[in-house]
Amino acid sequence: MSQYMMLVYEEEVDAAEQAEREHVTPMLLELHASLREAGMLVGVQRLRSTESATSVRVREGQTEITDGPFAATKEVLAGYYILECADLDQALEQAARLPMARWATVQVRPVMPPDEWLRVAREAGADVPDEAVEHLA
Amino acid sequence: MSGGAEPADAVLAAIARAFREERAIVLATLIRQAGDFQLAEDAVQDAFEAAMTVWRRDGVPANPGAWITTAARRRAIDRLRRDRSVADRAQRLADLARVDAQHEEPSMDDESTIVDDRLRLIFTCCHPALDMPARVALTLRALGGMTTGEIARAFLVGEATMGKRIVRAKRKIADAGIPYRVPPDDELPNRLRGVLRVVYLIFNEGYAATEGDRLVREELCDEAIRLGELLARLMPDDAEVWGLLALMLLHDARRAARVDPAGRWVALDAQDRSLWDRDRIREGLANLERAVRLRRPGEYQLQAAITALQIQAPGAEGTDWAQIAKLYGALGALNPSPVIELNRAVAVGLASGPGAGLELLEPLLGDPALERYQPLHAAHAELLSRAGDAQGAARAYERAIALTANAVERAELERRLDVLR
Repeated sequence: MSQYMMLVYEEEVDAAEQAEREHVTPMLLELHASLREAGMLVGVQRLRSTESATSVRVREGQTEITDGPFAATKEVLAGYYILECADLDQALEQAARLPMARWATVQVRPVMPPDEWLRVAREAGADVPDEAVEHLA
Repeated sequence: MSGGAEPADAVLAAIARAFREERAIVLATLIRQAGDFQLAEDAVQDAFEAAMTVWRRDGVPANPGAWITTAARRRAIDRLRRDRSVADRAQRLADLARVDAQHEEPSMDDESTIVDDRLRLIFTCCHPALDMPARVALTLRALGGMTTGEIARAFLVGEATMGKRIVRAKRKIADAGIPYRVPPDDELPNRLRGVLRVVYLIFNEGYAATEGDRLVREELCDEAIRLGELLARLMPDDAEVWGLLALMLLHDARRAARVDPAGRWVALDAQDRSLWDRDRIREGLANLERAVRLRRPGEYQLQAAITALQIQAPGAEGTDWAQIAKLYGALGALNPSPVIELNRAVAVGLASGPGAGLELLEPLLGDPALERYQPLHAAHAELLSRAGDAQGAARAYERAIALTANAVERAELERRLDVLR
């Protein structure tokens, strides 16, 4: 079993179209219940629109704060799922079940397990104790 | 085998044979056992290197494939012991050690295990989560007998680039968790179509291109046909597998006649038919018949049937263009595409006269997606010329010439334009 994150990228649309999208909510409720029942649902969150986003970057010691997403892109991150799946095929199948997939792009990304994170960091020469595994993720 | 040292040539020949005939089988099995593509491939490579020394010293073993399998598995165990980065390392080591203790060789009598392993490998290499160039490269590398350098030359990219592409694909298989399995029944038809597309793309890459190293290109056609034969052996109940194999054989049979001694492309009706490979044609036709008997029509079978009609006709005049037009109609119904519609228009033009062809061409000429599609304008020119509109034909030829990037094609179009004038 591995964890996969499904990042839902969608175009932000006007109020009328958004209202139409909200109609999938009963389907989502059903879907979440079935994922939970199957023991696959680790987490799911919906984000507010990028209107409320603030980007932070620290450059040369200076904190830069910008209103909105850093780069103006058409499709923005609208929410995510973390699912426990047997393999990529199962993850892709779940991604295709999301009603948002009809208008959004669902990017499926394998989650790096904390022990691998620790190993990668150590191989790169980072000084990290064993217990870090519990705090990394 | 006696203990004495083997002549170097005999050893090299035995290794080359084992590489060609057994490598893909050993690799397919070891990937399942070791649970890691890269690890298995490295271990198989190690085993072949070890064979060079050991076989020279101790003689070529009675069953080289079994020797390579055992050696590769032990190398995989060694590598796993050393490499702490592999996930589930302990589990995999335990699995491999168990297989090793049982001497579970994929012997030739255990045909079904071998079939399953090879199918798993094919479906993994052609997984839709890999991009098309990666699928093609990985399929050739893992299932065919080509080296990375040969694949790179065939696709006109640097060896380092191709190497990176293959490594990236294998890493994605491991990191993203692409399963090493034959898809379940409900997904199988769709996924098999994807596999056939990869094989046909490999074939076309070798067949259609006029640039690059001709010999390496032909190697791609041979490799695609071998993959088609393998699929037909592994999935004999699928009509489209036989259809694709027939299509490739029927095209390939005309390989020698497609280009004249000066390297110019020769149209089908102008080809020297004595150069066609009769055995390949017979084989292709037999495969097509086998496909048709399964009564599950599909696009490769239809394309193969069209090609068969063209080949079996005594020449362009004796060709059953009406039947070909009908087959293009069926193909278009299955998979609507303006390119198929164009071919249908050409066939109708030959069956029922240029007027009927031009009528079908009319809507395509207004399609903005086809505005820069050279074959459309070449076909338009041909039909206009036959309809007696020399001026219109000349304009269409000029348009086609402006759109072609291929020197051989341009020369042929210019020749036809000259004839008009």
